[in-house]
Amino acid sequence: MPLITIDGVKKRFGDNEVLKGIDFDIERGEVIAIIGKSGSGKSTLLRCINGLETIDEGAISVAGEHVLTSEAALRALRLKIGMIFQQFNLFPHLTAGRNVMLSQMVVRKTKADAAEAMARKMLDRVGLVHKFDAYPDELSGGQQQRVAIARALAMEPIGLLCDEITSALDPELVSEVLAVVKELAGEGMTLVMVTHEMRFARDVCSRVVFMHQGRVHEIGPPETVFANPATPELKQFLGML
Amino acid sequence: MIEFTFWDILRNLLLAARWTILLSLVSFVGGGLVGLLIMFMRVSRNRVLAGVARLYIEIFQGTPLLMQLFLSFFGLALLGMTVPAWLAAGLALILWSASFLAEIWRGCVEAIAKGQWEASASLGMGRLQQMAYVILPQALRIAVAPTVGFSVQVVKGTALTSIIGFVELTKAGTAVTNATFQPFLVYGLVAIIYFALCWPLSKSSQFLERKLNAAHHH
Repeated sequence: MPLITIDGVKKRFGDNEVLKGIDFDIERGEVIAIIGKSGSGKSTLLRCINGLETIDEGAISVAGEHVLTSEAALRALRLKIGMIFQQFNLFPHLTAGRNVMLSQMVVRKTKADAAEAMARKMLDRVGLVHKFDAYPDELSGGQQQRVAIARALAMEPIGLLCDEITSALDPELVSEVLAVVKELAGEGMTLVMVTHEMRFARDVCSRVVFMHQGRVHEIGPPETVFANPATPELKQFLGML
Repeated sequence: MIEFTFWDILRNLLLAARWTILLSLVSFVGGGLVGLLIMFMRVSRNRVLAGVARLYIEIFQGTPLLMQLFLSFFGLALLGMTVPAWLAAGLALILWSASFLAEIWRGCVEAIAKGQWEASASLGMGRLQQMAYVILPQALRIAVAPTVGFSVQVVKGTALTSIIGFVELTKAGTAVTNATFQPFLVYGLVAIIYFALCWPLSKSSQFLERKLNAAHHH
């Protein structure tokens, strides 16, 4: 059974239909890159998967359960699927360590010492355990994003949604974040990434989804999608025309 | 005719100023508690609660405080409840302060970036948990200066309660004037005492604003 099934999903913002019927499934352990021009609906699709946006038609289900709009259902869903954002969105009033501890203690009711042990483990995993007591504004963008990854991992999700997680970073900081993501992929984490890092998508992803004007325009393994794009839109997007 | 010394006048005014201070504190603290409740209702996703809160704010901000004092003093009396002036004054000032504090704090809550809501939601937190652990701690920082600034309005607002017979600074000023026939001196002193109460508050509001708006977030 696929981990995430997306079935005929449509989404409108007012008169603007940003998703015009999306269908595809994501298997456990897959690493999916969603690529496409801005405005093609890729971020919106990602946000629909964990209920940050509601869908107008169709259905999304995660681990066999439909994404519903009730708060209880959404909370259960979000424990299975974490999300990393372009702007990191760390809590600025808490240290890196506290950022990773907070949701464990508040949502899971984990005791402080157990939450701290988990936070140290996860920060170690992203190479930042020495920054446990640093506040977000004392960290570089790349470090902040790695803390955000540790924060999501501490909830032990089955999958992670990554929304252009390197787009707000200075070029020299991109690789440290991608290295962490690559490691997660190697460990079998299911990842759905909206990304502009084509080389990363080619090297790490199992499938690439090219979105164009609210539809999945092409989908397939990176070798095929990047080497033999079937449509002029993808060729143009890849700079081959 | 009894002669009043300057000290007699000042002493009577200062004694009455205690009631101004007490009423201000009660109104501010009580208004803060009610205001917090109204603010929570106002930002709630429940439309009925949000609508009730908006109506409350519109009514109390859209009518003069003096009318609210009259209504709580004479209105409750019409309903058969004997309301002493201090109770009517406290009640009206609490409800009035609450409407302003609720709006001030709503602004502070809404000033927190949407990403903070989204990140905490994506970690599985419920709405109240998001509020308690992520949004309010950050909103509090920006709320301190305008909240302290508003306390000046509360102090000045207490002067109106003299009209329903609550003996605070202004009412005492009137009484002393009637006895001494020195309105300029007496009301001059009254004004100076109000200023002495309010000026430190507005100064500390400015100070807190500078201090808390500095680049550091912790």
